[in-house]
Amino acid sequence: MTPLQGCLLVSALLFAIGLAGAVTRRNAILALVGIELMLNAANLNFIAFWRYGPNPEALSGMMVVIFSIAIAAAEAAVGLALIIAIYRHYRTVNLDEIKNLKG
Amino acid sequence: MSLAFIIIAIATLFAAAAAMSLRNLVHCALSLVVALAGLAALYLALDAQFVGFAQILVYVGAVAILIVFAVLLTRSDATPNQAILAPDWFAGIVVSAVVFATLGWAALSSTGLPREMPPAPVATVKNIGDLLMTQYILPLEVIGLLLTAALIGAVIIAMKEETPKSSSSRGNEALTEKSEIGNRKSEIDQSLLTSAAMVQGKGGRS
Repeated sequence: MTPLQGCLLVSALLFAIGLAGAVTRRNAILALVGIELMLNAANLNFIAFWRYGPNPEALSGMMVVIFSIAIAAAEAAVGLALIIAIYRHYRTVNLDEIKNLKG
Repeated sequence: MSLAFIIIAIATLFAAAAAMSLRNLVHCALSLVVALAGLAALYLALDAQFVGFAQILVYVGAVAILIVFAVLLTRSDATPNQAILAPDWFAGIVVSAVVFATLGWAALSSTGLPREMPPAPVATVKNIGDLLMTQYILPLEVIGLLLTAALIGAVIIAMKEETPKSSSSRGNEALTEKSEIGNRKSEIDQSLLTSAAMVQGKGGRS
């Protein structure tokens, strides 16, 4: 197993953990945390391919990760605002109890 | 692959698994902080210093705090009595296991991946800034616009609704909250006055 494959395996496992959490947990906040973990797994892949790739001087993978971190921050802010708005409306953040549209 | 990388990777994965499986949401947030810091350490081990510190600043500094605030504002900081997993959690676990198997198989079976780490590239802040200001100027502008729009949108979404409809128990709760604020209004006014007087006193002295 080459070092790059090790990085890819770590990233794949992190993605799977995030996916499992986002799909199975009932709390909306933890679903959001799972999505953050999946984004971070993708970032780790970008950094690994940038580092082991043929032309690391171009810094392209690093740039993608910088932009991806910015997008993830925006996503977290909007997602948590949505969760707070939903909590104010339904008095719960349990995803199984939030079933009504325009309720 | 160095020993340090393996240790950091294992710690990160354990923290991520804990963040997704613990009952208490505050513990989950703390494990998430550990996982994100471990990822920053992995970036540092891969010679991506700028990204590593940006990860610490943005994720450990800001996103984790946001999540803790969301946990506290939604009052889900107590350990829940009911099940924490959705009813059909088994399907979700199977799906993510399949995803991991596919990704791992693809990573392990692909040939032609570079075997050796090339010499560390020069990735100083100056280089990154130069690239951001020349080649990546359009994405930078778009990201600025996106962040502005997202943050204004987040504030608007999380803002209190203007006229809460008085239906069900929610209206009553809002009413009691309002009267509570009304009862304490004189107290709040008093403290505001004293603080204003203090500020004025300071300004007069200087």
